[in-house]
Amino acid sequence: MIEVSCLTKRFDGKTALRGLDFRAVAGEFVALLGPNGAGKTTLLYILASLLRPTKGEVRVAGCPLPHHAAAARRSVGFVAHQPLLYPDLTARENLTFFGRLYAVPHLPQRVDEVLCLVGLMECGNNLVRTFSRGMLQRLAIGRAVLHDPQILLLDEPYTGLDQAACEMLDAMLHLQAMQGRVLVMASHDLGHAARLASRFDILVSGNLKVSVFREQIPAEGLSALYQQAVQSQ
Amino acid sequence: MFLRTVWAILWKDLVTEWRNRQTFSAMLVFALVVIFLFNFALELNRGAQAVVTSGVIWVTFAFCGTLGFNRSLSAEQDRGCLDGLLLAPVNRAAIYVGKALSNLVFMLATAVVVLPVYSLLYNTNLFIPAFLLVVLLGMLGYAALGTMLSGMSMRSRMRDLLLPVLLFPVALPLLVAVVKASSGLLEGQPLSAVRHWMDLLVVYDIIFVTVSLLVFDEVIED
Repeated sequence: MIEVSCLTKRFDGKTALRGLDFRAVAGEFVALLGPNGAGKTTLLYILASLLRPTKGEVRVAGCPLPHHAAAARRSVGFVAHQPLLYPDLTARENLTFFGRLYAVPHLPQRVDEVLCLVGLMECGNNLVRTFSRGMLQRLAIGRAVLHDPQILLLDEPYTGLDQAACEMLDAMLHLQAMQGRVLVMASHDLGHAARLASRFDILVSGNLKVSVFREQIPAEGLSALYQQAVQSQ
Repeated sequence: MFLRTVWAILWKDLVTEWRNRQTFSAMLVFALVVIFLFNFALELNRGAQAVVTSGVIWVTFAFCGTLGFNRSLSAEQDRGCLDGLLLAPVNRAAIYVGKALSNLVFMLATAVVVLPVYSLLYNTNLFIPAFLLVVLLGMLGYAALGTMLSGMSMRSRMRDLLLPVLLFPVALPLLVAVVKASSGLLEGQPLSAVRHWMDLLVVYDIIFVTVSLLVFDEVIED
């Protein structure tokens, strides 16, 4: 589903990713962990085809980027740090707009399904600018899964959410993983990652330091592994 | 799919504008202030009016159009919505056409208010079909160019200054052609007398719409 080899990304002389290799297959939930500036968001933006790699090969859903980005985009849903929603449209209008861009079939029914899925059916006709951070995040996830993508990319999806919203997001992400999608989630929050992910990749200074499956986590736990990886840079 | 995307973007821009009235109201207020100021500054006799009208009208349209272009794509970026558009598996040229059409609609809507007000203030008949055609062609080319350049300038911190600096020199042939064609028509010349300016307008529109369609994908990328 996702294959990245020797990926390098530079911004104005600063190297964000240094020859990174990364792979994710169907049904995997990969937590991308690492300190600020590790390159997590950059990697997600490249996988979402919003940034172009400086060097290296990237294949998303079998499509090489950036040359076949349009085909890859059809298979990708992206929950960015910002909700990517229009504040002056209602929740339903936002989903309808993005559904038209993705040519989603039976759009009105699909919009209702997604509003139900994210628990916003009651507020479907409210303007998005009146939404709380938690509601925005739920709608952002609804936008990302509207076209039923095979790959879901999430950048710090728990930021600014209260306990109840976090629990709802946990349940939604678990459901997406159970449906066989590839989920790649960048997060600082080891607790949420540990609860949900099936694999943990720790990035430090643009390098992939550690990649372990849930069952391979040492007895000291994920936190100790993370500290070890970060301190070894 | 291309037309569906264009329509979706146009619909979204019009609904959003209807609800927040930020772009159109700024353009309209600016345009009305300019023509009121010119009205008091230039107390014209009828002979001079025909000569000056096209200049006043196109200065107004050019500057209020620039106000709209400045907000067109940068507002998407400021609200974090641009990435949402770019994530969609659509032809980027369709995004360009949708945004250019919404800019054109805002300019035309401004003209719908400005032209009657100008006619009343200056006691001049602007409702000459050939002149209205020049307005349409001029705004089409200006919106095509302005939308493309707003895509180029939107990632700059100096974008509010950068857009006019990029736009006016490139739009100069278009502005000269519309002013000359408008002057001729308002002075009562037949369409055939300003045909060469009209031809220049049409060629300019074709060139800039075509170039923008070809390069917008590169312009809007990181």
